[in-house]
Amino acid sequence: MTINRILGLENEYGISSSKNTDPITLSNRLVSAYAKHTFPNIKIRWDYDVENPLRDARGFDFTRAEVDYSVSTHEDMSVYNFILPNGGRFYVDHAHPEYSSPETINPLDVVKWDLAGEAIMQQAAALDLEENPEDPIRIFKNNVDNKGSSYGTHENYSTLRQTPFNAIIKHLTAHLITRQIYCGAGRIGIGQNSEIFDYQISQRADYIENHVGLETTLRRPIINTRDEPHADPTKYRRLHLILGDANMSDMATLLKVGTTSIILSMIEDGFLDDLDLEIAEPVNSTQLISYDLSMQKTIEMKNGKKFTALNIQEIYLEKAKSWLKNNNLSSQYRLVIENWESTLRDLKIDIYLLANKIDWIAKYQIIQKYAVDKELVFKSSILQSIDIKYSEITKNDGIAQLLRKSNILTQLFEPENIKDAILNPPKSTRAWLRGKVLLKYSDNISAASWDSLIFDVDKTESLIRISTLDPYWGDYESVNTLLEISHTAKDFISNIKSLRQTN
Amino acid sequence: MSNQIFGKGPGDKPETSETMKAFSKPNTKGIDSILDEIDSVLEKNAEEFVKGFIQKGGQ
Repeated sequence: MTINRILGLENEYGISSSKNTDPITLSNRLVSAYAKHTFPNIKIRWDYDVENPLRDARGFDFTRAEVDYSVSTHEDMSVYNFILPNGGRFYVDHAHPEYSSPETINPLDVVKWDLAGEAIMQQAAALDLEENPEDPIRIFKNNVDNKGSSYGTHENYSTLRQTPFNAIIKHLTAHLITRQIYCGAGRIGIGQNSEIFDYQISQRADYIENHVGLETTLRRPIINTRDEPHADPTKYRRLHLILGDANMSDMATLLKVGTTSIILSMIEDGFLDDLDLEIAEPVNSTQLISYDLSMQKTIEMKNGKKFTALNIQEIYLEKAKSWLKNNNLSSQYRLVIENWESTLRDLKIDIYLLANKIDWIAKYQIIQKYAVDKELVFKSSILQSIDIKYSEITKNDGIAQLLRKSNILTQLFEPENIKDAILNPPKSTRAWLRGKVLLKYSDNISAASWDSLIFDVDKTESLIRISTLDPYWGDYESVNTLLEISHTAKDFISNIKSLRQTN
Repeated sequence: MSNQIFGKGPGDKPETSETMKAFSKPNTKGIDSILDEIDSVLEKNAEEFVKGFIQKGGQ
């Protein structure tokens, strides 16, 4: 068995401007500047007909009155929404500019198309500056403002419907809580309003208040139960995780998504059925681990045993290595395993060995240098400004960007790779078809979503909906010839219909 | 010295933070080469920048 899971990442970016313009206006400015100046031919709307954010993975629907209103992203029809030629989506959500990566099937591609999202945000800010030179926009890839607000970095993993959701809750929770020791982005501030000035491993830990739940803006859960597979619901779920941090380190993103995907495969395979790693108090433990930079404190399991976060990660890694013996993993997943192992080893020896891979350590190293040289405490505005400036991506003067440029933070891609990922979708999923169709038949596409393309070929006839419910169909291999021989949208629709009839 | 400087709590008086003891000796060899560059990008008015960084809640 190989891992062929559909993966994706969504980032809500922090945004501000010198005139303190309201963030919804700023976010709209970004999306519209980018759409207008880079791909003026693409003028379509997002097709919301198939979305249902109130469907719960545990098998029931919430009515709108029962949940926090902001779960209903439907209502924001007026805000800007741009489907990208790389198959991803650039839009405004909850007063933040958001980038959703296109669907990919390996964790290295997740990193690449996430970096494309950063570059798109940066380019959008530059284009907006030409129109609004008096009010420059700044963009931050982080998750907290330290004044009570948090905004998300969401991971998406397709999982097999036949796998009981309870098995995911039971066997994945301990991983999600402990993986922060290598994918935390670091934060000065303890508590949702930074009531205490100290450094912690994760940006998001203090905003996690529930073990399992549907909501994303209040009572945020470790495991989110939104059940919108954007695929055949009898075959797939889409596990939507909202507890992770936004990472500037490529390796942190790779490990975050890669290890989680491997563990999901072991769960689907029944390989973790005997694993007894249920945590007694998952929410408290999330915070306890985030506050403990020494990584020595233990958390209590339901069976009474006590483990450190590193212990738990080592148990998962050992399981993965023995699972690997009977499974043929791709080179990308092998890279994940190798780095997972070396990271856990180095965390035990000396955390600074990982200042090239782990955000919370890279950031901490700089904060500590300033603290020592200038005799500053965490309450100091200078140290807090470093915390925020680490994640700025507006124009290549963010601290993590400087670390990347000097190879102090390891980079996994060349600039050409990122440029390619801005313009092209991954070849391995339906994102390829979405991105290519948008450009080729832009005059005749009226709307699109993750699992549909809506054509308006003849103004006198009704719209034609092409379903793309199978995320693996529409990849380069399956549709490239079709796209080449279909010179017009009309050709494409008739070719695709005859292809589907013969299959 | 670094043991002394990490403040915990809102007071100005520095005290040793428990969790810091594990590796209070900073290893900054790797970043010495770009400290000037980091200095040059830091906010001139850090206090105003930190206070002004206000976001709306998201998902």
